[in-house]
Amino acid sequence: MGLLSDPNRRRALISLLTRLNAPICVLCYFAGVCWFMGLAFEPFTLRTYMSENAMGSTMVEERFPSGERALATGREFAAHKKKVGGMPVDWLVKTMQARGLEVFTQSFSRTLPFPDENKERYIVKGTNVYGILRAPRAPRTEALVLSAPCSPGDNNNQAVGLLLGLAHYFRSQIFWAKDIIFLVNEHDLIGMQAWLESYHHTNTTGMDWSPLQGRGGSIQAALSLELSSDVITSFDIVLEGLNGQLPNLDLANLFYAFCQKIGVLCTIQGKLQRNDWDSVSGYSHAVQTMMLMVMKQASGRPWGDHGLFLRYHIEAATVKGINSFRQYKTDVTTVGRLLEGIFRKLNNLLERLHQSYFFYLMPSLSHFVSIGYYMPAFGLLAVILLLRALDLWVQFANPPAVTVDGVADIERQSSPGVLSVLTPLVISHLTGAALYFLPTRFQETAVEHFPVSETEAVVLTAIAVYTAGLALPHNTHRLLSGEGTEQGWRVLKLVAVLYLAVLLGCTALINFSLGFILALTLVPVAAFVTPHVPKTLSAVILVVLSPACTLLFSVFFFQELQEMPVSFQDGWLLYLSVISQGMLDHYLYGSLVYPLIALMVYPCWLLFWNILFWK
Amino acid sequence: VDATWKELTNVLSGIFCASLNFIDSTNTVQPSASFKPLGIANGTDHRFLRYATLPREIVCTENLTPWKKLLPCGSKAGLAVLLKSEKLFHSSFHSQAVHIRPVCQDQQCKTMSLELRQTLNVVFDLHTSGQGKREWSLFKMFSRTLTEACPLAASSKIYIDITDNPQEEQFELSPATPLLSQAVVLGDRRTFSVYDLTQQVTFGTVRSLNVLIRWKSTEGDMLRPLLHAERYVAGYGLQTGEIHTLMYNNHPFRSFPVLLLDSVPWYLRLYIHTLTVTSKGKDNKPSYIHYEPSKDRVRPHLLEMLVQLPPHSVTEITVQFERALLKWTEYTPDPNHGFYVGSSVISALVPSTVAMNTNITEEQPLFSTFFPCKEESSYFVRVYTEPLLVNLPTPDFSMPYNVICLTCTVVAVGYGSLYNLLTRSFQIEEPNPGLAKRIANIIRKMRGVPPL
Repeated sequence: MGLLSDPNRRRALISLLTRLNAPICVLCYFAGVCWFMGLAFEPFTLRTYMSENAMGSTMVEERFPSGERALATGREFAAHKKKVGGMPVDWLVKTMQARGLEVFTQSFSRTLPFPDENKERYIVKGTNVYGILRAPRAPRTEALVLSAPCSPGDNNNQAVGLLLGLAHYFRSQIFWAKDIIFLVNEHDLIGMQAWLESYHHTNTTGMDWSPLQGRGGSIQAALSLELSSDVITSFDIVLEGLNGQLPNLDLANLFYAFCQKIGVLCTIQGKLQRNDWDSVSGYSHAVQTMMLMVMKQASGRPWGDHGLFLRYHIEAATVKGINSFRQYKTDVTTVGRLLEGIFRKLNNLLERLHQSYFFYLMPSLSHFVSIGYYMPAFGLLAVILLLRALDLWVQFANPPAVTVDGVADIERQSSPGVLSVLTPLVISHLTGAALYFLPTRFQETAVEHFPVSETEAVVLTAIAVYTAGLALPHNTHRLLSGEGTEQGWRVLKLVAVLYLAVLLGCTALINFSLGFILALTLVPVAAFVTPHVPKTLSAVILVVLSPACTLLFSVFFFQELQEMPVSFQDGWLLYLSVISQGMLDHYLYGSLVYPLIALMVYPCWLLFWNILFWK
Repeated sequence: VDATWKELTNVLSGIFCASLNFIDSTNTVQPSASFKPLGIANGTDHRFLRYATLPREIVCTENLTPWKKLLPCGSKAGLAVLLKSEKLFHSSFHSQAVHIRPVCQDQQCKTMSLELRQTLNVVFDLHTSGQGKREWSLFKMFSRTLTEACPLAASSKIYIDITDNPQEEQFELSPATPLLSQAVVLGDRRTFSVYDLTQQVTFGTVRSLNVLIRWKSTEGDMLRPLLHAERYVAGYGLQTGEIHTLMYNNHPFRSFPVLLLDSVPWYLRLYIHTLTVTSKGKDNKPSYIHYEPSKDRVRPHLLEMLVQLPPHSVTEITVQFERALLKWTEYTPDPNHGFYVGSSVISALVPSTVAMNTNITEEQPLFSTFFPCKEESSYFVRVYTEPLLVNLPTPDFSMPYNVICLTCTVVAVGYGSLYNLLTRSFQIEEPNPGLAKRIANIIRKMRGVPPL
């Protein structure tokens, strides 16, 4: 600070910063990217460790015996499901009651804003069935949830069977200190959303549900189970939830600890961990795993039924049994023992899981990157914006010597009016609002006039509005204040750069992955764009780095990471469905990515587009 | 009164090894209508009443032992030999109570004596202890059988409800007893088999009594009480929330009034203007509301209401609250567990054909107060809802020292000097020229040359 309070040195520092602005920015950008790539390198990451004392050293024995019976129950469930053609509510109620649970049902209905073509549903009606195992001598203040979705077709029958088997076994134990809720939800996430909203008596998405009759106090943790085969080769844990929220790292640690103890292969993002971190392939494996997590987190959608719990501050994860062609098989009894162990440890919890990290990335199941390590990568990108803003500010204070002639001097005196900055701001935000509201509002009109389905109509309207935004008359300042002035665009750029910095900063704090991916593409745009650069080339670069194209690249990149590369044709179709899914996530579950892009990021990008065509 | 109350809680805490000494002004309220003094001190002045709950504390073995010592024979003889803690706490529900009230010593009521009543309720769970068989016996439940009555006891009896089983078609009871007793419990006439421990014939030839019930049918229908209630916290996030209390009236055609008492700790700031009472979708205006606002760190909220429950309905009472930020020393040792809100108390006169009277002071025998038989149109029950667990905004206590140091440093150094820089304007001031320079300048001025 002493450095800054000495005017001479301050001037020197500022002139250094303005002179070397461009090289410093480039350096920061590459440093940021390199830092990020370095995160996956094992020596730079931390080993996971159990922070919660209540789960650490306590002895738990797993004794779950009846895997075969659970499978038989699963088959019975499948038969009844086929017979009813949906959720066999009566059978489930009877079975749960026979296992000594307090059983309740809840019905819900929801009309989607537009048909969901991936899952082929529009008007959704369903029933959730849940049974509560009351903890002996406990006052119904705390609960744990084990849920299994009742999916269409032959999926997840084993999960429901195992859930009922565990319920039966848990019921005969005396040591439970928390109520355990066994939930079978219909229509996967929609059913889960209805149940959770009803449990907490909130209504954030306009769903119709009948109120719950029985409750178990505040839910401490939840596990969602997906299991579709009698034997499994590995277990996959899914952590990414709504809006990129993650459960406490201790939940992942717990899962990993029990996989190790019982001897089940466990994976994250479907990838086993490898020991050869020092080889190139080992490193790229870790990068792949981490990038998959980043992409999933950035998408802001719940990647399993657990994702919706996180909004209510309930630590939750989805556990998926995977049956691949590996030799090593695990039977359902072992899976049941694993879940029993996890639940007994969760039952021992004195407090909510809070000791470990909530913000992390995982390059493998045994290593993690904490917020303190990954934030500098974003910080290095964000500092570019601040440097550019400083540069612009300094140019205001002491304008460059080129303005010796009288005209420029006068121009500087009459500083640009508020209107010339405000108008583009308002126009781009109106465009953003149109992008947000129009697609769902005008789907009927679009369907009438064009030969498309509703979903296509919504997606295509969104793309149309997006492109129309580019063609809008952005240089209204010419009407207001004559020719676009040199100062005018500077002020606008200063505002836009600071706006972007704040926007990205806030996004990265909540959802690092989204913030980082946006920063990766938008920061270069913000840094280089002026009205003086070559128009056509810059316009192409600007479009390529726009949010929509970022999404397109992300789709291809994600497929590449999952080792399922797609052709451009398929990729485009996938891109369209991703857009519609993103909107549905917003309307159904309250995901914030779509409104964030439409109402904030896209208008911000339009401002830079505006600056490019200032003259 | 408050000093005596403090003394009382401390004494009780000592006697029962319970944490009752944590009762202080922050969790004590003065109920205006829900409670009234029992026994012959028939005052109606509610200023002498105190009510407090400690929802965090759990009844445990250490509370049972002193409780048993108050019995005339301890746990050496009589029914009390059954009270083995490892079996009692291997159950679904367990509750222990001590009631003290002043009663008349004789018919004329000239002298007063204190009556001590100890009750213990246990609910055993068929699933965890029955090993799948529907069968009960004293030995199975308590791992003891009865061999004798307490010599000091005036009466020592076991009652078994056999109302639904007059011809032994549901279950079989052995050894059979000829004694029957009829009583009215909660508005329902019940028949009981009675085993009188004071008579030797009860113990039979094996000189021990092991009552055994074996079910014949496997199905039993669940009884729903006429009045029951539940409570939960709605909403998410750590700023606001809503307490919902649901009261179910399962009576098919009669409505009845209930008195609800809610005592909410001060760290939930109730917004009393958001109080709504709805039943069957319509607004239900309480006929009596008594509300005492809380004082931070001094006393809790007290809310009492008299609400009419329509027949066959659910009445929902909601009130919003804001979670307060506590001082950092006020958090409990495990703050992320949450904070408890005590259960609300619902006192009601439930309509029935037969009824009981809770407040008989003229009769001395204890049994009559358990099953007092008095024909009336309604009977009195008191229902407690479940306590609530509410999370308050909690700072990260895992490394307070680091956090405090870091925050203070950042604020002091970073913010302070930045603020300093932003609010001051810097100007360069020429240092005072030396004497020689000044003279030179004067000479230059006289010569008409610009100064140095």
